[in-house]
Formats: sequence, structure tokens, C-alpha cells
Amino acid sequence: MASIRDQFEIPGKMKTWSLALIGIGGAALLYGMFTKGFGADEHEQTHFWGTLMYNTIFWTLICNASMFFICVTTLAMGGWQQSFKRIPEAISTMVPIFGAITFAVLMYVVLGHKHHIYHWLDSEAVAKDPILKGKVGFLNPTFFVIWTTLAIGLWSVLGWRMRQISREADESPFDNESGARYILRGTIRAALFTVWFALTVGSTVPWLWMMSIDAHWYSTMYSWYTFASSFVSGMSLVALWVIYLKNKGYLELTTQEHLHDIGKVMFAFSVFWTYLWFSQYMLIWYANIPEETVYFKHRVQGPYKGIFFLNLIINFICPLLILMKRSAKRNYTLVTFMAVLIIFGHWIDFYQMIMGSLSKEHVTLGWLDFGILAFFVGCMIFFVSRSLASKPLVSKYHPFLKESIIHQV
Amino acid sequence: MAKKKFVVGCFDEEAVLFPAVKKVRAAGYKIHDVYTPFAVHGLDHALGLRETSLHTAGFIYGITGTSTALGSISWILVKDWPLNFGGKPNFSLPAWIPITFELTVLFAAVGMVLTFCYLCQLAPFVKKHHFHPRATDDLFVMVIECTEKTNVDDLQAFLSSAGAIETDVQVAEPGWWLGTYDKDETTFENSNPVVA
Repeated sequence: MASIRDQFEIPGKMKTWSLALIGIGGAALLYGMFTKGFGADEHEQTHFWGTLMYNTIFWTLICNASMFFICVTTLAMGGWQQSFKRIPEAISTMVPIFGAITFAVLMYVVLGHKHHIYHWLDSEAVAKDPILKGKVGFLNPTFFVIWTTLAIGLWSVLGWRMRQISREADESPFDNESGARYILRGTIRAALFTVWFALTVGSTVPWLWMMSIDAHWYSTMYSWYTFASSFVSGMSLVALWVIYLKNKGYLELTTQEHLHDIGKVMFAFSVFWTYLWFSQYMLIWYANIPEETVYFKHRVQGPYKGIFFLNLIINFICPLLILMKRSAKRNYTLVTFMAVLIIFGHWIDFYQMIMGSLSKEHVTLGWLDFGILAFFVGCMIFFVSRSLASKPLVSKYHPFLKESIIHQV
Repeated sequence: MAKKKFVVGCFDEEAVLFPAVKKVRAAGYKIHDVYTPFAVHGLDHALGLRETSLHTAGFIYGITGTSTALGSISWILVKDWPLNFGGKPNFSLPAWIPITFELTVLFAAVGMVLTFCYLCQLAPFVKKHHFHPRATDDLFVMVIECTEKTNVDDLQAFLSSAGAIETDVQVAEPGWWLGTYDKDETTFENSNPVVA
């Protein structure tokens, strides 16, 4: 054990690149904010805040998916993730940071009364609308603010507590009794996070943040769909960091076997995402009720047609055909390629989920989207690498570490 | 297939079995098979077995199922007997996806089970020789095939030194048969060129 490199040092190049991305992206963000976001034209305002919203929600949710991954593997008494567990942990430290940005943006939109984004904010329109009146107990600013605060706050706190308990396995070995107690405590904390995750990402938060843009429309698949989307891209992000650190000569204990299992999760959840995509689409297509088809009308037949089907090709056909083979999931180059493709695909997915509703007449994808994306990618690289460098890469005395070392698929 | 002569070594621990497999292979003996009470991870690697092609077969069965479903439904509902279901077009792909999915799974599952049985020579009424009954309970049974040059006593001693708790020499039919075994009783040693 003494010989493994368990202290990550941030390469200078990485720092330069991440700061450059933050610089370019931040410039685009600020330029967009002052020319569009605070401009006089309502279409421009909606364009800017919508673009910022889907980016920040996407990155908050995929970083939060890392913590969900740790919690479910802990609950399932999994051992195989121990050798690279610090990577999802480091990614989950982004939840408070991206969460704060999301919170600020959503508060600006809701308290700033941007009813071009959330139609239900317009109380005069709601008073005349029987459907929106029926939803008023859920879709109102007070509930939105409280629930958003609770969601982001508890993700951050419960996630922080999970990371704290993981750090306890760094210092001294456990005997049988204290080891069992340690595992039990971890299980309890993981269970708390998972329950809260199910109540938020698994149901309410996507309804509030994203589905309520189409205030009249609803789909029971929506939250699961959002969850599947964020989880599969979250696992792709973990795969990218694992491969990066392996290439730099860290993570000696993580092998192709672990990569194979991460690849399996990416493959399986791509198919799961498609299952939800299809379940949502087919029922609405089949019933053909106008109040439901309104969501798909401009996506399938309007300007978003290309993006809508590109989304399906990138997120379903490609993972299905490319990641199916065992040798593909064990190949670093191929998994890297697929991870980047999947993250990009689900980013596009979030794009069409939000901007498809906000800008129905034309596709807005342009410099602003990629600029803001660059800002978030830069932030993610910068902070995750700092968090990785601040603690050992392997929790040496974790009771399940050996299981991870001898892990074999 | 004619009968052959085998030396059988029984191990009671996985941790002993792995080094023993390595030693036996390094000494140049040909391992016929290792029978274990449960699937032992990594044993196929230790034995130097090639990767199974069962999953490739599964993929082929799967796409056969997909194309059977899409082909037959589209022929039936578009060409042979077009029906109007709720005003949907005759070629309505989304409605067919569930059935296509089910047929893909069905073909892949049934095909793979049958292929698996074929590869393992398993079928109703088929009989095979059991080298040790406790291989289905708690013993790891290593079976080594003898050639005319094999010194059986040496090999048995070698297996014992590698950790076998019990060794044995058996002359047995390695293949399968139906009903009573009525083939040529000649063993490997005295298989004189009657057939050749």
C-alpha cells in the first residue's frame, strides 16, 4: 500500500485550461447577460435566462448524480466502487457551487416575475385559467422558493455528510466491531440522501424547475426521464475522470474491471433513458389528445425536429451499438469517446426540454449556449481537480477496499 | 467417442484449487475440465479457456427477433391486411416498438438458452459420466486427461502434493449418450487401429 500514489497534484496545464474555459465562458455569460438578460426585449431576456437555466440545472443534476451513485452503491453494500470512490465524491462537491448558481438564477426568474419563462407566475392569467387554478397549490412562488431552497440545501448537507464519513476511513484501521458500526452509519446516511433524492430529483424538482415551463402540460414520466438523463451523464463524467487519472498514473487499484462496470452502468442507463423517452412519447402519440401533444408538436414536426431525433440517435443508438460489446467497455479510448458523446447528447436533451418550450418558433442554439457550457465545464474541471487534490485518492482503511482491489467481472 | 482414461483430483478449497490448476498446466498436463459446485470467478482464465461466443450468438438471435417482428408486422398491417386503428397511418412504427422489443428479447433469450444447452451437451434423457458426485455439493473436481505417456502414479502423487484431498483414476466416456452405454468398450490404451 505504501507505494501507491494517493495524492493528486493538479497539472499546470489543467489549471490553465480550466481557467481559460472559465474566462471565455464567463465573458460570453456576462456579455449575454448585459446585452440580452437585462435588455429591453422580452424574447432576448427569455432566451438568455432559459439558456442559463438549462445549463445550470443540467450541471447541478449531473454532479448530484455522482452522490446518488455513491449512496446507492453504499446501500447495496457494494465494494467495487471503493477504489475510485473519491472521484464521484469530488464531483459531488460541485453540488453546493452549481446549486448556488441554479438557486440564484431560479430566484431571479421567479422573484423577478419572469412570466415568459414560468407562465404560472402571471397571477392574472392564472385567475382566468381553470387548469392553472387547479395547480396553484403546487405552482406558486412561495412553494417554489421553499422547495428549491430545501432541495439544494439538503443535497449539499447530506452529500457533505457522506463525504465526511468517507474521510474517516483514511486515518486508522477498523477492528471487526468498529468496522461494522462504520458500515452501518454509512448506510444510514446514504439512505437519508437517497430518500431525499427520490423526493426531489425523482419527482418534484424536475416538475417545478422544468416541466412547469409548459404550465398546462404534464407527464408522469418527466422526472424519471430527467433523472435517467442526469444519471447516465453523471456516470459518463465519472468515467472521464477515472480515465484521466489512470492516464496520469494515479488510481493503481482501479483497473479495466472497474471501467467495465462503469461502462455497463452507462450502457444500461442509456437504454433506461430510452425506455422512458419512448414511454412518454408513445402514450402521447397514441392517445393524440391536443393538451398532451402540444409538447411534441413543435419538437417532432416543427423546428426542433433535427435536434429531437439527433437526441435519440446520440443517446440511444450510439450507446446501444457501441457500448454493447464487452471489449468496448474495457477500452479506454472508446469509453472516453462515448462518455463525451453521452454528456453532449444529454446536454442537447436538456436544451430541447427547456428551450424547446421557451422558443417554439426557432432553434436558438448558438454562441451563448456553447459559451455558457464552456463556463460550466471550466468550473467543473477547476473545482473538481482542487477537491481531488485536497484529500487522498483512496480511503486506505475502508472495510470493503479489498473487495474493490480483487474486483473481477 | 471411445472411452478415455482420466486422473481425477478433488480439492476442498478454492484457494488451493487455483495454484493447483496453475501447477498442473505448467507441468504440461492436459486438464479435461474442472467441475465446481458453483461458478468460480476467474477459473476460466486460469484454465486458459477461450472467451465464450454465446453473447455473439445472443446478438444475432436478438436482431433476428427485431427483423422478424418489424418484417412480419409491417407486411401484415401495410400490405396484406391493412386496418384502420384510430386513424393512425398503416405504417405506425411507435405502436410496433413494444412488440418488436418483446420479440427481440424472446428470440435472444430462447436462442441463448438452447445454444447454451447445446454447448454444454445438456438435453432431456442425455446421459453423461459424473467424475465425482460431490462436485455438485462441496468439492472442486479437477479431471486430467491421460495420454499413453502419462505415468498415472506420478500424476496422482503430484496432485496430492498440490493439495488434492482425494485422487482417483477413471476410465470413462467424455461425451454424451442416450439410454444404456453400448458403444465400443475399448479404452484409450488398447484402441487398436480397428476403426482407423
